[in-house]
Amino acid sequence: MKPNDSGTIAIDVLYFARLREVFGREREQLKLPDNIENVAGLTAWLRSRGQPWDLELAPGKPVRIAVNQDMAGAATLLGNGDEVAFFPPVTGG
Amino acid sequence: MAVRVQTGDFDVGAEMAAMRRGNPGIGAVASFVGVVRDLNEGAGVAEMTLEHYPGMTEKALEKIVDEAKARWDIFDALVVHRVGTLKPTDQIVMVVVASAHRGEAFQACEFLMDYLKTRAPFWKKEATSKGGRWVDARSADDAAADRWS
Repeated sequence: MKPNDSGTIAIDVLYFARLREVFGREREQLKLPDNIENVAGLTAWLRSRGQPWDLELAPGKPVRIAVNQDMAGAATLLGNGDEVAFFPPVTGG
Repeated sequence: MAVRVQTGDFDVGAEMAAMRRGNPGIGAVASFVGVVRDLNEGAGVAEMTLEHYPGMTEKALEKIVDEAKARWDIFDALVVHRVGTLKPTDQIVMVVVASAHRGEAFQACEFLMDYLKTRAPFWKKEATSKGGRWVDARSADDAAADRWS
């Protein structure tokens, strides 16, 4: 949970299923601005990229988020090296 | 190993026999097999592709199996889930549970499927006559899982 040398938090972000297709990527590495400390902050930051991010990650959209492979909520804190995944509700079985 | 994610098919009979082997205390073995149907939401399904989140999938399934073992007096439980491209009549998922008496095996088996469907990171994309479409989560599945909470 320590910041890296540059004073920012670096995370891996993964996208699955429909969100992977809509965003046109399955993973990216991001350095978070200093004022972002949790999942809610990351989501707002991604939405500021414009469309389709703003629409797909808007409140009320069926998006699930995991941090380090455990289901997370808006208040889940982010640390250096964390793996954050965005995906639709699961449909296995 | 209590959970497996694989592209290849599975043999539920062989898995049940392996689970029973060497344990004369087992009096009940319950199993469930999920199969690809040729019709969903009114459209013919030619094939479907199952995507998952490697790492989290296994972790989530192991957590579900641990929870079943904590809730019921069972000897063992196994979950095998396929990923990749599957066609109608192909097997997708199997759950096997062994216990001393049938009640625990039946209940744990149903619990494992209900939790798997709402908690394990798998996604289905169907290839239909109208093109590809991601399967939507069903509220009935959430309701089924909520019964156990």
